[in-house]
Amino acid sequence: MSWTALIPPLLALGFAPLLPGIINRTKAKCAGRDGPPLRQAYFDLWKLLHKGAVYSPTASWVFRAGPVLGLAAVITALAVAPWGGFPALAGFRGDWVFLACLLGLRRFLAVLAALDTGSSCAGMGASRAIHFSALAEPALFLALAVVARKTGPYSLAEMFASLSPWHWVQSGSALALAAGALFIVCLADNSRLPVDDPDTQREPAMIHEAMVLDHGGPDLAFLFYGAALKLWVLGSVLVSLVFPVHPGPWWADALLALGGMLALAVVIGVVESVMARLRMLMVPQLLVGATALGVLALLLIAR
Amino acid sequence: MAANYLHNGAALAQTVIPLLSWAELRQHILAEVEAGARLAAFFGQPATRERARLVAILAHPGEGNLSAWTANVDKSFNSLTPDCPEAHGFEREIWEQCGLKPEGHPWLKPVRFQPPKSASPGADKTAPIQPGVTDYFQMPGPEIHEVAVGPVQADIMEPGHFRFQCHGEMVYHLEISLGYQHRGVERALLNGPHRRSLHQAETLAGDTSIGHATAYCQALESLAGVQVPARAQALRAIALELERLANHTGDLGALAGDIGYLPTAAGCGRLRDDFLNLTALLCGSRFGRNFLRPGGVGYDVDEARAGQLHDRLQQAAKDAASAVALLWNTSSVRARFENTGHLAREAALDLGLVGPAARACGLARDVRHEFPAGLYRFCQIPIATFHTGNVFGRAQVRWLEIQRSLAFVQEQLKALPAGSIQTQLPQPGASLAAVSLVEGWRGEICHVALTDASRRFAHYKVVDPSFHNWIGLALALRNQQISDFPLCCRSFNLSCCGHDL
Repeated sequence: MSWTALIPPLLALGFAPLLPGIINRTKAKCAGRDGPPLRQAYFDLWKLLHKGAVYSPTASWVFRAGPVLGLAAVITALAVAPWGGFPALAGFRGDWVFLACLLGLRRFLAVLAALDTGSSCAGMGASRAIHFSALAEPALFLALAVVARKTGPYSLAEMFASLSPWHWVQSGSALALAAGALFIVCLADNSRLPVDDPDTQREPAMIHEAMVLDHGGPDLAFLFYGAALKLWVLGSVLVSLVFPVHPGPWWADALLALGGMLALAVVIGVVESVMARLRMLMVPQLLVGATALGVLALLLIAR
Repeated sequence: MAANYLHNGAALAQTVIPLLSWAELRQHILAEVEAGARLAAFFGQPATRERARLVAILAHPGEGNLSAWTANVDKSFNSLTPDCPEAHGFEREIWEQCGLKPEGHPWLKPVRFQPPKSASPGADKTAPIQPGVTDYFQMPGPEIHEVAVGPVQADIMEPGHFRFQCHGEMVYHLEISLGYQHRGVERALLNGPHRRSLHQAETLAGDTSIGHATAYCQALESLAGVQVPARAQALRAIALELERLANHTGDLGALAGDIGYLPTAAGCGRLRDDFLNLTALLCGSRFGRNFLRPGGVGYDVDEARAGQLHDRLQQAAKDAASAVALLWNTSSVRARFENTGHLAREAALDLGLVGPAARACGLARDVRHEFPAGLYRFCQIPIATFHTGNVFGRAQVRWLEIQRSLAFVQEQLKALPAGSIQTQLPQPGASLAAVSLVEGWRGEICHVALTDASRRFAHYKVVDPSFHNWIGLALALRNQQISDFPLCCRSFNLSCCGHDL
């Protein structure tokens, strides 16, 4: 294993909180405001880490374990996530199932922690989160299957490293459909508009926010950091698919991939600025639509 | 016109108000409501132990006048609510305040969890008050779950307690329990008017300072029997419309914010401030505090300032048009507004809803039009109604009213009557009753003032539009998604402190 495999996880750990900062800044600019500084997420994490946590007397160890284990799961996912054509720290055959499992594990732990408090709003948020992520998962698998079928290897880092602009010329339509599906999954799984509204303050309308309502202090910092890393992981899959350019020198690859990630954050910010959130009844249709995109892409490529 | 009929903003001697038996009054109210009248106020004035005088103020939109009726009642009375649902809140209030039980009331429970005004038989005055502790409607069944929201809210909202009976995401029933904001303003106004009364009226609902202050001043002026100078009337109307503009634009922005639609949320959020600043230009306070005075207004507007107001309104009108047009032209917004929070016209009629919520159901109810007082007697604003009765309708009514208020204020600024802004206010007359209705931005505000022989307030009753409309929100939520609750709630935008007084 080359030392360059260390670069993507380190960059992710360092730069992931920048993504929510860019999204919020983009939204603020679109709304005609200056917005919070780009590093706001870092300040928030720093502040939360220095606070104490308050635990409800009805909550058990599950509630305390949720944020820590969830963060551990998503950090582990960094070891197999593709990024800028770099080799993975611990890639292996079929690791894309492992990646999906780790993200699912994080969600599972968050849901358990939310249910543990016994709050009706947290329970409602948990039930919605499970419902929607169950619908989003097939789309993720299908999109990854398209890339795997196109490139050959069955390890995430390898299959995205061997993806090149030539594949887009060859079967651009299928890859575009897969990218569309991935983008919807990326929005849904990271509780962004139009599925969830990260800025909402009203419990009955919350999904992800309702689940973290009872957490505070370092636990909340772990949840925020975990969410930023998760956005990074899913985003890196999408960026590696849409922008498979790897000039060679490691620093050039890293710069290009980093630019891709920042561009993705801007795109998410713009999407959040120009449309309203979907009615919750309509969210399953969007996610099933993403799955349909994936199926279509697979059909196109399996011809 | 019989002696007990009066115009909005007039007073009559208490001796001419007929004293009926409850059975007669009940019959009379039912007949009048059937004929199109509505119950503007209905309250109990504790007389002695176990006995109270019930006062009903009926508003007759057809004739454009009001009428007052009274009845003496011991211990209990035959409830109006089963035959006239709009009395439901008033009767609960009478039960709570006077200890008179409305027999046959379908859902009798406290309104504000306040201690009774009289030493009524059942009430223990020493018992600690526990807001929100009462019986709630519950649905049996293993698949029904109950969601409780509030009184501590995640948002910067007023405290209110909401209980949903849900099946999955669908709401079968919403029950609203308020009273956390009860400050006892009506009680504080007793034996007035004193120096604090005006400020107490202004803070009945903080976002309706001008509306409630207008209603209070109007009541006081009719008790004293004076006319406000024309210039003061025009300035009052301008302030009232500016308050409507600020709140309606703020509401449209907040509706956009609730569905995560940023452009209008940001644009209207800024415009609300622009309108508030225009009110500050009038009187130095963004919420119009201390602008109105009994007998007139506190501050005059000179030529230059009127011109500045006019020009800034013109700019704000242009900005508002472009910010709000985005709401109607964005499909993702319309998908959320349409078919959400529907309230049938019949339900709005039966429950006596007022304001934009009623007008969005197609009811042409507007005090400015039906019971004009002050400047509105001379300059009319068309009633803005819509037919859909849902969130879209309520947003649309607000936008129509914004446009009409803008035109109205600009017109008035160009033609301000000359003259003084303040008239000398004598002491209120003895043993009079005054009724004052004002169309605040939320709807009909009703103040009823009764004076005693020493020319002091023997009773002061305030009916905020929220008092009528909270039940409308509960009904609009039926068979809706619980995730749409914030949007529906905002489309009514009711006040807790106006309700709780």
